[in-house]
Amino acid sequence: MSREQLDARRMLCPMPVIKTQNRVATMTAGEELEVICTDPGALNDIPAWARINGHQVIESVQDKDEIRITVRVGA
Amino acid sequence: MATKHKAVALISGGLDSMLAVRVLQEQGIEVEGINFFTGFCVEGHTHAIRNQHKDKQKRNNALWVAEQLGIKLHIVDVIEEYKDVLLNPKHGYGANMNPCLDCKIFMVGKAVEWVKEHHKDGFDFIITGEVIGQRPMSQRRDTMPVISAESGADDLLLRPLCAKNLPLTKPEREGWVDREKLYGFHGRNRKPQIALAKEFGLNDFASPAGGCCFLTDKNYSDKLVDLWQARNSRDYEMDDIMLLKVGRHIRPVPEFKLIIARDAGESKFLEGYRKQFTSIYALSHSGPMALVDGEIKEEHYPLAAAIVARFGQGREADEVELDITVPGQESMQIRTSPLSAEDVPQEWYL
Repeated sequence: MSREQLDARRMLCPMPVIKTQNRVATMTAGEELEVICTDPGALNDIPAWARINGHQVIESVQDKDEIRITVRVGA
Repeated sequence: MATKHKAVALISGGLDSMLAVRVLQEQGIEVEGINFFTGFCVEGHTHAIRNQHKDKQKRNNALWVAEQLGIKLHIVDVIEEYKDVLLNPKHGYGANMNPCLDCKIFMVGKAVEWVKEHHKDGFDFIITGEVIGQRPMSQRRDTMPVISAESGADDLLLRPLCAKNLPLTKPEREGWVDREKLYGFHGRNRKPQIALAKEFGLNDFASPAGGCCFLTDKNYSDKLVDLWQARNSRDYEMDDIMLLKVGRHIRPVPEFKLIIARDAGESKFLEGYRKQFTSIYALSHSGPMALVDGEIKEEHYPLAAAIVARFGQGREADEVELDITVPGQESMQIRTSPLSAEDVPQEWYL
């Protein structure tokens, strides 16, 4: 299963969401996208975006300065 | 079988667009939302930066509204295209640098493009939460037809909250929606919307006082105009409009201004720009990160350092040591006496 990565560090919401949305639009169902960001707003916004658009957040990890959110592309 | 008609709704994250969608959902119309990010949206940004907002939930209201309504939301980056709207508004500005009418025409026009692209999926009209008389520039009886005409939406633009005060649109004429079940709200009184929200069981909604755009804010607009004057060019990049939202902006001489963090959150945010801007911060005491926007000559280093020192813990000290780093060069240290509050004239503050 292919897994892609998106660097959204230093972007403030909603830019990480927009970048995630646009990248996911080029991917197929079942593929995974790991988004790396620094804005804590993404912890709320990317899962909200995923829920309403039929995708799934399968992992969300926050260390000191970085947040990694993995989205599985829905059908 | 009757053709199913779908609508795309402009979602700001506020109550009116939320209600407009809900009114159509009551009629069985399928709606998806569209939200445009101009770079000037109040959503999120400063909440994410400043310490004082740490207790606030960092949510994007447009996404939140979409989730409450059970609709999809498409967020569109229009930062580049929006420059022309802001720099050359055909209908002029509002009280500040807010080109509200041109902005609404632009956004409805983008929704028209979206509907054309998605017509095959059944989308054929646009809704907004506009209410006649609610906003002094874009939401007036005489400007609503201008938005419909100049956006290219014409009679495919339906305003469910005030439709009964407006001429028939195609969705009403064709019976896609029942005009009788739409509303005739007008004016700045929010009570009808609050009552309707209650009727729909919507108890939690955002109601930003000055709309959802930084350009309606006088202080922000003044800083934007100052930026253009200082650079002798009416243009901006995303970083510029972000930095206008952060810190104290102090221009002691025409050639440069200082952007001085107001708390640890802003200091951390400004640190991210140290590769692009000359930065100044205190070494001998705790204090804010500051960036220099513009051209600073070495002869002005002591003045800039003394201003930055004034906002740190060393403000009462005889002397403060500060670091000045020009991108791509060795850092240098400077010792200076902090300016007193009286030494920083009010006219330096932007």
